[in-house]
Amino acid sequence: MPEIKKIATRESYGNALAQLGKEYDNIVVLDADLAGATKTSIFKKAFPERHIDCGIAECNMAGIAAGLATTGKIPFMSTFAMFAAGRAYEQVRNSIGYPQLNVKIGATHAGISVGEDGATHQCNEDIALMRTIPGMVVINPSDDIEAKEAVRAAISHQGPVYLRFGRLATPVIHDHPDYSFTLGKGMVLREGKDITLIATGLCVNSALEAADKLKKENIEAKVINIHTIKPLDEELVLAAAKETGKVVTIEEHSVIGGLGSAVCDVLCAKAPTQVLKIGIQDVFGESGPAASLIQKYKLDGPGVYEQVKAWI
Amino acid sequence: MNILELQKKANEIRKSIVTAVYSAKAGHPGGSLSAADIFTYLYFEEMNIDPEKPDKEDRDRFVLSKGHTAPGLYSTLAHRGFFPVEDLKTLRSLGSYLQGHPCMQHIPGVDMSSGSLGQGISAAVGMALSGKMDQKDFRVYTLLGDGEIQEGQVWEAAMFAGHRQLDNLLVIVDNNGLQIDGKIEDVCSPYPIDKKWEAFQFHVINVEDGNDFQQLKAAFDEARETKGKPTAIIAKTVKGKGVSFMENSAAWHGVAPNEEEYKTAMADLEKAGEALCQK
Repeated sequence: MPEIKKIATRESYGNALAQLGKEYDNIVVLDADLAGATKTSIFKKAFPERHIDCGIAECNMAGIAAGLATTGKIPFMSTFAMFAAGRAYEQVRNSIGYPQLNVKIGATHAGISVGEDGATHQCNEDIALMRTIPGMVVINPSDDIEAKEAVRAAISHQGPVYLRFGRLATPVIHDHPDYSFTLGKGMVLREGKDITLIATGLCVNSALEAADKLKKENIEAKVINIHTIKPLDEELVLAAAKETGKVVTIEEHSVIGGLGSAVCDVLCAKAPTQVLKIGIQDVFGESGPAASLIQKYKLDGPGVYEQVKAWI
Repeated sequence: MNILELQKKANEIRKSIVTAVYSAKAGHPGGSLSAADIFTYLYFEEMNIDPEKPDKEDRDRFVLSKGHTAPGLYSTLAHRGFFPVEDLKTLRSLGSYLQGHPCMQHIPGVDMSSGSLGQGISAAVGMALSGKMDQKDFRVYTLLGDGEIQEGQVWEAAMFAGHRQLDNLLVIVDNNGLQIDGKIEDVCSPYPIDKKWEAFQFHVINVEDGNDFQQLKAAFDEARETKGKPTAIIAKTVKGKGVSFMENSAAWHGVAPNEEEYKTAMADLEKAGEALCQK
């Protein structure tokens, strides 16, 4: 069996910034003492004069990013999801969201796959927080290739964008010539008529693995990758729900307010469908190796399979 | 403008503040009136701005960090020609572009949306940083309340601005001594205010009477000449300045006058205006 290439999407983020920094001289990158961890250090090395370390002060960083954006810069404000969406929520809402400023929020270390740092640093609520802000685009890429494309798409989009990246190295699943990223468009990775698995982030790979296992039991699962949680690809979600009846959402995020909720918002209004929401079940995380946590919280392939099987 | 002209202009702006808040039946007259002379000095004397081209790239920027005193900013912008003075009567009303707190998307001349205290200064710092990065010579001004500096974010921003030696940034603290719940030193004292900004590597200028244009001019001139560090002007002002019953009263922080009070307020300001005409 060939070895699967694994890359953490925070790494992809840093690499994309360094690449795109060459194309756009108005990109500036802000950090709050975490350039090494967010991987913006890669950009910093290439463009030291366009990297701004704000120190450990995320709320101020959000405001500085807003101010920079008013002058025509494209600021990428980078820190852990916990501090970007959590600590600086109100600054993001009022200083960036309300005036619809062209700030990109690069949030790394999202979800429980932060690992050993434990619950204080494992943000399972960021998608919920960010998608409530009017006009905020929310993107949660599923691998290295998608993450890099997401950064490019964020630059092309005028207005605030929240980009969610992970710490854990995860399989590269889109390494083929047909892959293309369109903001707000989901993608069907696998056809199936019995059930739809809608996944985001590192859970896309888990959904594919679960679909393999289900197939062995003659359950044909359609697998949809949703990288843009807001605006959600409603058309695709509705069509899949109508086609397969049952829908499962899978995310490394609280089942409250994330992808599952976004999907339910659409379905309950336009095509009432039974939905199983797989994710973090309204609990805080804990310390441990990332892979073990993903397994414990049943977000890996076998865990997803088990939950789908029990529900179907 | 000479001092007398500035005084007359400030008096007109005060009338507009009172009228706007009276029309809205809500708003923040106290801190708008305390800062009316600072607003006037900024927009009629100090800043490089053009009401015909509110978005021109090389303009000086102003961020009203104490965003609740929008009536003060709006009245000044209107008198400076950014939009009709008549529109001030629509303040806070449904459908009006004059939102309760500054909204940069819809109000000509507003450089940053603000209102949630402590946030405006960070945006001002970002603008000043951008100017430095691109070697532009525009200046950035931001006005903070003395209660507002209780917000921790203010000091995050101050630390950054001092560290980066942003000498194109001027912070003005409207030290009227009162916040909603009472005297600032009783609620949670920010004093000594000057020493705090000094500690954050600012050049500090104390203005004994922030409602006096001579003193304001001296302070703004000194700030402009200061290189290598940002400047903070700590301006002692009178909350509610110019309206007898509002002066030095925390009760007039966020309350609109009724009809009778409005008449009294306007009479006070008419009288002040007539006195200025005698000069």
